[in-house]
Amino acid sequence: MSVKLTTRQVGDVTVIDATGRITLGEGASTFRDMIRDLATKGNKKLLVNLGDVSYIDSSGIGEMVSGFTTVTNHGGQLKLLSLSKRVKDLLQITKLYTVFEVFDDEASAVRSFA
Amino acid sequence: MLLDSTLDSVEVAEKAVLQAAEDIGFGEDELHQLGMAVRESMVNAVVHGNRYNARKKVHVSIAQAPDRLTIIIADEGDGFELTDIPDPLADENLLRQSGRGLLLMRAFVDEFQVRRGEPTGTEVRMVKYLAKAS
Repeated sequence: MSVKLTTRQVGDVTVIDATGRITLGEGASTFRDMIRDLATKGNKKLLVNLGDVSYIDSSGIGEMVSGFTTVTNHGGQLKLLSLSKRVKDLLQITKLYTVFEVFDDEASAVRSFA
Repeated sequence: MLLDSTLDSVEVAEKAVLQAAEDIGFGEDELHQLGMAVRESMVNAVVHGNRYNARKKVHVSIAQAPDRLTIIIADEGDGFELTDIPDPLADENLLRQSGRGLLLMRAFVDEFQVRRGEPTGTEVRMVKYLAKAS
């Protein structure tokens, strides 16, 4: 299954709930398109919930980084929520823990944007 | 296995390696790591090596031993020099969109070698040991 993305608002934070796999091909491009669309429409506080993401490959990681850069360049912030151990490991291996703000708890993540 | 230069081949190779690894007793986490290493290597072979060229193939060899699985993935592309690949962990490269595949392959297997193929292309050899599996 490729990735399925849905958005919801929690105050002024846009939460993107991701489900499935973010891998080369449809999954990664779906993720890229969603982030770019939100950023260009002026959403400046994006929280990507990866709690139901079972698999991310290097292309998926690349799209997350690209999304981070896109949102930052639009004056916004992109943060990550509910990473599985495997995704946390990927961020450790790639040193991207130093780039992304990561939260286990949605309420704390939302508060962090204030 | 001789596979076409398509993304479908990535799935075929990953599935075959995972089956072989499961047969010799790798656990769930190690299967995930192997699958990811194979996936990254196959994507490199199809996308960067053979560049989706329908006339070029990806050669995949899987060798089972009681204590290890050896996987060789070779493409028919132009090849590359490892020294030409920017270090994805360098601060100036952290925000690059691509270039992390080799890093992940290395991280997820016990032995990792890249060499120029004969007569052309790139050959990646990966070994994962059962006993060393965490």
